[in-house]
Amino acid sequence: MAAKTKSKPTAEYADAPINASLTDEDKIELLRKMVRIRRFEQTSLKHYQGDKIGGFLHLYIGQESVAVGSISLLGDNDHVITAYRDHGHALSVGMNMDECMAELFGKATGCSKGKGGSMHYFAPDKNYWGGHGIVGGQTPLGAGLAFALKYKGLKGCCLCYLGDGAINQGAFHEALNLASLWDLPVIYIIENNGYSMGTSQARSSAYPEGGLAQRAEGYNMAWDKLEGVSIYEIRAGVQKAVERAHEESKPTILEIMTYRHKGHSVADANAEKYRTKEEIQRYMQEHDPIEFWKTTLIDEGVITEDDYKAINKEAGAEANSAAEFAEKSPFPDESEIFDDIYWEVDNNTEAGRTGRHFFHK
Amino acid sequence: MPREITYREALREGLDEELAYDDNVCIIGEEVAEYNGAYKVTEGLWKKWGDKRLIDAPISEAGFIGMGIGASMLGIRPVMELMFYSFAYVAFDQMMNNAATCRYMSGGLTNCPIVVRGPANGGTNVGATHSHTPENIFANMPGLKVVSPSDAHDVKGLIKSSIRDNDPVYFMESTVLYGMTGEVPSNDELEDGELIIPLGKAKVKKEGTDISLIAHGRAVVTSLQAAEILAEKYDINAEVLDLRSIRPLDEAAIMESVRKTHRAIYVEENKPFCGVGAQISSMIMEQAFDDLDAPVLRITSADAPAFYSPPIEKLQLPNPEEIVERALTIC
Ligand SMILES: Cc1ncc(C[n+]2csc(CCOP(=O)(O)OP(=O)(O)O)c2C)c(N)n1
Ligand SMILES: [Mg+2]
Repeated sequence: MAAKTKSKPTAEYADAPINASLTDEDKIELLRKMVRIRRFEQTSLKHYQGDKIGGFLHLYIGQESVAVGSISLLGDNDHVITAYRDHGHALSVGMNMDECMAELFGKATGCSKGKGGSMHYFAPDKNYWGGHGIVGGQTPLGAGLAFALKYKGLKGCCLCYLGDGAINQGAFHEALNLASLWDLPVIYIIENNGYSMGTSQARSSAYPEGGLAQRAEGYNMAWDKLEGVSIYEIRAGVQKAVERAHEESKPTILEIMTYRHKGHSVADANAEKYRTKEEIQRYMQEHDPIEFWKTTLIDEGVITEDDYKAINKEAGAEANSAAEFAEKSPFPDESEIFDDIYWEVDNNTEAGRTGRHFFHK
Repeated sequence: MPREITYREALREGLDEELAYDDNVCIIGEEVAEYNGAYKVTEGLWKKWGDKRLIDAPISEAGFIGMGIGASMLGIRPVMELMFYSFAYVAFDQMMNNAATCRYMSGGLTNCPIVVRGPANGGTNVGATHSHTPENIFANMPGLKVVSPSDAHDVKGLIKSSIRDNDPVYFMESTVLYGMTGEVPSNDELEDGELIIPLGKAKVKKEGTDISLIAHGRAVVTSLQAAEILAEKYDINAEVLDLRSIRPLDEAAIMESVRKTHRAIYVEENKPFCGVGAQISSMIMEQAFDDLDAPVLRITSADAPAFYSPPIEKLQLPNPEEIVERALTIC
């Protein structure tokens, strides 16, 4: 994947109606959201290294614009589902740092009560359906959420995110066929960060000239490829897909070019082996979506450098406070092991009380 | 005169009643709508309920079952038909990871009220790929429920409660049973106006005093035949207990039967290794050891893939003679 020269926002996207209608406040809020995600993850990384967090930690640093830009377009009947690199989407839908950080710490106050961890954040009250650890496994679910919307006669859509590696899973292709066959209002967003773990896109995918999303043509589906560094471009491009879903109940595949600054997960010992240091540096310096948006807003006279510093400081303080909250929170009680397995048991219904459900001891 | 209908008709009645009961119930699967069902279970339902409620799916089990699971998180109650339960294996990730664990990993914020149903049996000379019996495999996974009805009456009552259940229920039928008739009361004969059978309640199909034949699915029918031979030829009064649902499990009914008869055989068309009978016999051993006068035996399908050749495949499955023979070793 070749890096372009330092990206500049183009008038084409800034002037798109969906962007022209943004107020200064809206623009600052988009910046704040991205900065909050980054500070949250930088703080989580520190605590991972301090042994407070177990398992995997897949950081979204460098990709923040994708979740923030696309999710900023959604309304009451629009839904979101993603893979395991899910912190950015979670904060974008409005989950708070406390519950997200506490989940990483494995605490009872975590969004999943410490049962899901980093890869499995959920918030159905915010139309957010996870956080899924099996590569590509969430893609039929995304079609299902869209199916449910259509079945109920609601005007909405489902944004289903996946990685550039996930596109080679069979379940994804089955989901694409169903989405197009049944006109499901689902938008598959391939977050193309160039790598699936240590394997580059070139070494993992066969694809047409137009890129990964062009595979959509095989399913008679609309597609587009977007440069992910720019919030304007993401919003303008995703909005077209959202309209297609809302107005025509049709699916879309979008490929959004992005880059992860860190390794695949914090445990990725080879983070700087399969990519050159120069490549990483170049993306960090020239294609950082936060830097890019900040510069855009300064150029537009929406903020000053000092405003940015204040936002950054505030987000850092929020993340630190979330870590304190997580640290102070209790671990789940052992008795929690058998809760949240069966709805009927949890709700103590007649069905839940009939027959033996658990077989330990 | 009590009403007699086939297992297939009873199942269809149950589905039809649930389509009427809740607008969110829809049936999705290969050939379920226009073709009237590969086994005619859904015959006439598409004509009656239309395209929205009866949906013909492409041959894409991982896709459409996963889609059903996603839709169920948002309150739809999809009843997915697998043409053969053997095909669950191509949807395994969706059925095991997504349906079974999303609730847990979300700390109880989600649930998946989905039913995946279809025939799970051998004995029809269709070779190993079409003869799998995965009830033990799915029952192994906490978060899932596994139901295996043995007659027309139960299949109706159990499909209705499975569809109303708020957890994923994997409902395993048998092509061999589809044509079997049984007494199924019509709704106007019933006090509640409908036939609902809770999951987790076993049923004594024949009372007995000398040995418990405990079974699920078609093995219940085989056990009843064996019980007849035992009574006629050997004056042995066998009790036959039908689990009906494997998870949740009616443990109390099992122990009650064993405490009465002091002898037990688990009969199933599942494979022996880590089969349902392995679980049940372990529980009997732990909880009713002092009540036993003999070791608990298990009769299963042969521990080999399903044989195509009809006379040989027949030998792979439990039959009444084998049950009688084994029963005589402990009675
Ligand atoms: C079915 C499955 N296979 C393998 C893995 C291990 N794994 C987790 S993430 C990953 C790479 C996926 O890359 P991509 O889809 O590009 O997403 P990204 O990590 O870049 O966000 C692999 C191989 C998995 N979780 N699930
Ligand atoms: Mg990737």
